[in-house]
Amino acid sequence: MDTAHYDMLRHFADSWGLLYMLAIFLTVVVMIMLPGARSRAMAAARIPLDDDHPAGGDRT
Amino acid sequence: MDILGKHGVIERNATLLLSLSLVVVSIGGIVEVAPLFYFQNTIEKVEGMRPYTPLELAGRDIYIREGCYVCHSQMIRPFRDETERYGNYSLAAESMYDHPFQWGSKRTGPDLARVGGRYSNEWHVQHLSDPRALVPESIMPKYAFLASAELDYGNIAANLQANVAVGVPYTEADIANARSDVIAQAGFEANTSGLLERYAKVTTGDFDGDPMKITEMDALVAYLQMLGTLVDFTTYDAQANYR
Amino acid sequence: MPGFIALAGGAFICFALAGLAADAPFRSHMAVMALVLAIGAAFVARIPERSPAEIEAEQAGYFDAPIRYGTILTVFWGCVGFLVGVIIALQLAFPDLNLAPFFNFGRMRPLHTSAVVFAFGGTALMTTSFYVVQRTCRARLFSEPLTWFVFWGYQIFIVMAATGYLLGITESREYAEPEWYVDIWLTIVWVAYLLLFLGTLIKRKEPHIYVANWFYLAFIVTIALLHVVNNLAVPVSFFGSKSYSLFAGVQDALTQWWYGHNAVGFFLTAGFLGMMYYYMPKQAERPVYSYRLSIIHFWALIFMYIWAGPHHLHYTALPDWAQTLGMVFSIMLWMPSWGGMINGLMTLRGAWDKMRTDPIIRMMVVAVAFYGMSTFEGPVMSIKSVNGLSHYTDWTIGHVHSGALGWVGMITFGAIYFMAPRLWGRKQLYSLRLVNWHFWLATVGIVIYAAVMWVSGIMQGLMWREYDADGFLVYSFAESVAALHPYYIARAFGGFLYLLGGLVMAFNIWMTIRGKVRNERPIIQPTAALQPAE
Repeated sequence: MDTAHYDMLRHFADSWGLLYMLAIFLTVVVMIMLPGARSRAMAAARIPLDDDHPAGGDRT
Repeated sequence: MDILGKHGVIERNATLLLSLSLVVVSIGGIVEVAPLFYFQNTIEKVEGMRPYTPLELAGRDIYIREGCYVCHSQMIRPFRDETERYGNYSLAAESMYDHPFQWGSKRTGPDLARVGGRYSNEWHVQHLSDPRALVPESIMPKYAFLASAELDYGNIAANLQANVAVGVPYTEADIANARSDVIAQAGFEANTSGLLERYAKVTTGDFDGDPMKITEMDALVAYLQMLGTLVDFTTYDAQANYR
Repeated sequence: MPGFIALAGGAFICFALAGLAADAPFRSHMAVMALVLAIGAAFVARIPERSPAEIEAEQAGYFDAPIRYGTILTVFWGCVGFLVGVIIALQLAFPDLNLAPFFNFGRMRPLHTSAVVFAFGGTALMTTSFYVVQRTCRARLFSEPLTWFVFWGYQIFIVMAATGYLLGITESREYAEPEWYVDIWLTIVWVAYLLLFLGTLIKRKEPHIYVANWFYLAFIVTIALLHVVNNLAVPVSFFGSKSYSLFAGVQDALTQWWYGHNAVGFFLTAGFLGMMYYYMPKQAERPVYSYRLSIIHFWALIFMYIWAGPHHLHYTALPDWAQTLGMVFSIMLWMPSWGGMINGLMTLRGAWDKMRTDPIIRMMVVAVAFYGMSTFEGPVMSIKSVNGLSHYTDWTIGHVHSGALGWVGMITFGAIYFMAPRLWGRKQLYSLRLVNWHFWLATVGIVIYAAVMWVSGIMQGLMWREYDADGFLVYSFAESVAALHPYYIARAFGGFLYLLGGLVMAFNIWMTIRGKVRNERPIIQPTAALQPAE
């Protein structure tokens, strides 16, 4: 195809594409760093440690 | 739910997590790979490139079957030592008909991008049959069995047809004559004018030194002997194709 | 019964395809597969029917039957992969070990890489993902028949790929060698795997999706995407083994290494990180150091990895901008990788003594350390000037093995040792001392291997570019080959030690399954005073 088409795609990738990814990433970082997220993260981190029974099951 | 809890939504919703990760990995992939498909300049037209002859194609299929790419690259980088050792650095256009590409990733053996014409047919046959007879240091496996294996080219036209489907410009005549072109190039047909008309710079003859049958050795040597020979670097203008 | 019908039906279809085959390799391949499936069917027919009471008792717990098979098969494929590795290493040192045509290096090498990556690694990932997703979601896998299909379907893929390589059936795309029909089969299995995993996530009882599952999910989704795009090809005949890839030359190379690099990123990294984020906290009996860091680790990794592929194609005919982009992202990858490594190591905070007393923890720690080392070495090798030397040499092979043996292998061994007693209801492993032996054999093996390949790779690269005072190349290529001989022997020895460790593990797991306990002194007398720091 033509170079113009390519340039367009490339510009889009270099500007909005990168910006979009950066924005998502920063949002993730900010959200998990805000104080409210701490306790939830601590709780989530404990999930594997007491998982030996399926909910409702009673296998040891 | 407040804004702080929003990542919690992602963490709790499997489908959302799935689609978000998919979007994320797709963007990288699209940005990186897609432009190459729009950018036809990536493969500049270079004088001399042509599709493989049916015999060469059959040889290439054997090259792939035996895993030669595992130890031999076909990609000369633009370094002084490499161009002195192997010849002019590889151009993108030189693999334009390669489905799949054979650049390789490891040089347990030397690069083969321009091995064509460097050695005689006899050398290749002997070397493939018993590498250490010619190169004592070599650690290459023996491929003597190729010389006794008759080439299966009954359906070679179908292989050309499949190449057409992926974009190689074989003509109707190329496909119709595929089988007879194999016979002609392997030296079993005195009249090679049709073959030479369809494909430029073709080497013909009995490659494996066995005049009784067309073997896999014939095909592989025919392929090796044409590698890197199509572009004439005495007339090639590097500046015009600067990348 | 459905299993028997499926396998017998499959055997019949393969038999029919062998009859219809358009080329000789396809005929042999289908005949081999018909035989394999028929043997499988015969085995399945001998499994006794379970009583309804047994089935009901089973249903109450997690669905662990496929995980038990998976554990055994992971160990089995590991030993096979390591063994083939030692054989091909010896073939490089002693070329007369090549047995043409089926056991020549060119056909054996894909067998080795696929056996380790897809058979050993893939089975380990599938098995552990079944284990982890059920336990962190507190839910049984959502469909039994689908689970069996995914599990055995993947094993059939492995056998198809492996037998195909030896018959010379290959697309020549590194780490994606299987031909078009094997690819289609894998696609079907993989989509079923995705559905199974998602279905289980959706029916979970635990509101939060634990981060290990994110890594597993990213691995499954991305591999599906990569696999499909990279294997686009047009077959010569629907009854033949040969196909031609859709792309040519530069595009094909880029697609392949976009795949190849991300197979490392999402198969060998993301998937095994999922393993790390579950089994390390479990074995250490404490939560991961920072759960929030693990979230950042996840997003940063999947953002960046996918961009880095072109660093496999430096100085080739690939356009410069693509090479530079690949290099920049490869170097940026260093950050999330090390974030993840620190997160894994710091999980042991306050329990470093376990490094002495628990060889399983030690294995996991060394795995994470090798993860850190290879993810440091990788970006270094992606720098163009370094790559100019390292590319095409054994350095790359050494790098891959420090990742595969050190990171992937060790974390998997840790997970296997963790799961085995629990899956078979044993109180403990047969022998912790044998785990210790495995640990040392494997570690020494890797160190020898990586060090030797490092030296030989750099030497090789330097010999190729050495000029004398008159401006002539000093060495012929053959001389550089001859110079590598002692290194190839040393490398084979390193690999042999690693294989030996694998066999020790196989014995240990086998005895554990049989319920034996070795009468041995504890490694270090446990000191009762130590308590978890919380």
